[in-house]
Amino acid sequence: ISGSGSTLLGYIGIDTIIEQMRKKTMKTGFDFNIMVVGHSGLGKSTLVNTLFKSQVSRKSAGWARDDKIPKTVDIKAVSHVLEEGGVKMKLTVVDTPGFGDQINNDNCWEPISKYINEQYEKFLKEEVNITRKKRIPDTRVHCCLYFISPTGHSLRQLDVEFMKRLSHSVNIIPVIAKADTMTIEERQDFKQRVRKELEMGGIEFYPQKEFDEDMEDKSDNDKIREAMPFAVVGSDKEYQVNGKRVLGRKTAWGIVEVENPNHCEFAQLRDFLIRSHLQDLKEVTHNIHYETYRAKRLNENGGLHPISSNDTQESNL
Amino acid sequence: MVGRRCSSVRDKNPLLQQKNLEGYVGFASLPNQVYRKSVKRGFEFTLMVVGESGLGKSTLINSLFLTDLYSAEYPGPSHRIKKTVQVEQAKVLVKEGGVQLLLTIVDTPGFGDAVDNSNCWQPIIDHIDSKFEDYLNSESRVNRRQMPDSRIHCCLYFIAPSGHGLKPLDIEFMKRLHEKVNVIPLIAKADTLTPEECQQFKKQIMREIQEHKIKIYEFPETDDEEENKLVKKIKDKLPLAVVGSNTIIEVNSKRVRGRQYPWGVAEVENSDHCDFTILRDMLIRTHMQDLKDVTNNVHYENYRSRKLAAVTYNGVDNNRAKGQLSTKSPLAQMEEERREHVTKMKKMEMEMEQVFEMKVKEKVQKLKDSEAELQRRHEQMKKNLEAQHKELEEKRRVFEEERANWEAQQRLEQQKLEASRTLEKNKKKGKIF
Repeated sequence: ISGSGSTLLGYIGIDTIIEQMRKKTMKTGFDFNIMVVGHSGLGKSTLVNTLFKSQVSRKSAGWARDDKIPKTVDIKAVSHVLEEGGVKMKLTVVDTPGFGDQINNDNCWEPISKYINEQYEKFLKEEVNITRKKRIPDTRVHCCLYFISPTGHSLRQLDVEFMKRLSHSVNIIPVIAKADTMTIEERQDFKQRVRKELEMGGIEFYPQKEFDEDMEDKSDNDKIREAMPFAVVGSDKEYQVNGKRVLGRKTAWGIVEVENPNHCEFAQLRDFLIRSHLQDLKEVTHNIHYETYRAKRLNENGGLHPISSNDTQESNL
Repeated sequence: MVGRRCSSVRDKNPLLQQKNLEGYVGFASLPNQVYRKSVKRGFEFTLMVVGESGLGKSTLINSLFLTDLYSAEYPGPSHRIKKTVQVEQAKVLVKEGGVQLLLTIVDTPGFGDAVDNSNCWQPIIDHIDSKFEDYLNSESRVNRRQMPDSRIHCCLYFIAPSGHGLKPLDIEFMKRLHEKVNVIPLIAKADTLTPEECQQFKKQIMREIQEHKIKIYEFPETDDEEENKLVKKIKDKLPLAVVGSNTIIEVNSKRVRGRQYPWGVAEVENSDHCDFTILRDMLIRTHMQDLKDVTNNVHYENYRSRKLAAVTYNGVDNNRAKGQLSTKSPLAQMEEERREHVTKMKKMEMEMEQVFEMKVKEKVQKLKDSEAELQRRHEQMKKNLEAQHKELEEKRRVFEEERANWEAQQRLEQQKLEASRTLEKNKKKGKIF
């Protein structure tokens, strides 16, 4: 809108557009796709269940292991519709069992990379259609939580390889799993070492520095980047502590409270992921990662031909 | 294959009757004599720790033996990045109550840390075999005074506390090593698990161990009722879930070793918290000798018989039927092997001499060639020099000629000048006339 801002001579009601947008969003609801990556036993499913306070992720068959570790990385996507305050969210959790579990883990990131690109491809095909759907179903991965094993020493080779290869096609949020393994000092040391390694490897995790839009964003995101990777503990069991019922893990020497910021950084992760940056994650995925993919696709094969939705499998891509 | 346990003397020979003594003979002091001798000699024990980095192996070793084998000045192998699996030994002499123990810790940094971990157990197997080989060789020698026992008596395998079950790498490793060494699986960093999770995890692991027929170290049954109860208690708690720490914390005005968390202190020596005390008692206080015995009687004998059977099979003539073993005793076989070895050495020596001579010839040839080359160059340079010399001579001659010509010309000019002058003089004179 060009021209300088002019003072209004009376109340027009432009600011009600926010209310209108809110009503619309509530009616349509929105999608959020989160992928969890890490080798088995790091508490991925438990953490997702704790994050969204519902049994959205099926735990690896509890304690009776009927299904063995798959020979190659499986991709399992499970969707649920959650509602809160009138807002509907279709949450899809993409699990990657078998990652990093084999003796030889070469290229175990490939099925994951393929899956992410397939989702981009699906969206691209829909976009390029002559008659487009009113609302393109968004199955693109908005966020990838990468679980780091709490060895206390440093990142493993597999961690570095994976994050290096995928930080440019999806938002990666590294998380230190099972943080109740480490004392507070060990945790600080470990975090510093991990951050240094991430920096040395040139791994840009979310929120990426290059996408900070203005100073306010930058200062907020800087604070978050300093605190990352978050050391989290997940649990879906409740215990009584000081008269309150809290989520936690009961050990012989005390109860680890999941939402207590002195015990672990779960609350910080949850606020960051859901309460402040959820929309931003989707936007970065759509505006940056998806656009990168699209530009690459359009530049090869001499471009895409739009197809009408009446065409069957034949595609000119 | 030698059986797992040696039964007592009485069971072997049911004909031996027990007689009652009528007086005091004194051989009841035999154990004391053995004890005194052993104390003088000192004991040796070799322990191997295997597991991915970051599972607390170094901390546990420090906690078990209350020493700082790995400290800030000499950090544990986990602090150093390794590209391939290494096998490292560290020795420490521990003294307590007049008894000294030479403790060797074999560490395996780099195990399971790479992206591709196929065959990461091979260096470990090679190391164990080489120790058996050393012992076999020293046992077969004529002079057996010094027979240091560096065989691995026990292998502590650290399982990551995932809470799910064994990883493919764990299963592969244990399957390959359970016939070579006493494998004791441990659950590392057990303070990650709640008591219920720990129970489930242990059950799961034992189930998988049985499923894959892995033979972990078995605690021996004794005749003593009390001890049997203890042994049964240990067996119920396998695999042991351990926590290691050497930092001392005050809890209820008691100083204990533990890990301080915001929600409490995990005490290392509290049997409600973890099985560290059971491991320590079992490893050091009760079963150290048994571990050494099993290594000697079972694993070493397996290795030895396999090795010697292979030797005798190789000694079979080509025209003998397959499967017929030589009738020579293993010692004679070893003599023959030694002879073979000596001849092989001689042959190698000859070969090396040949190679040496050939090399010498080559070198002499090369030197000759270079000498000829130098000579040639020398000649050429001389020729060049001479050519230059001639050129210069030529130039000089030309120059001299020119000079001579020039001088000649000068003289001519001079003469002409003189002649013209005299002519003028004459003319002048003539004019006067």
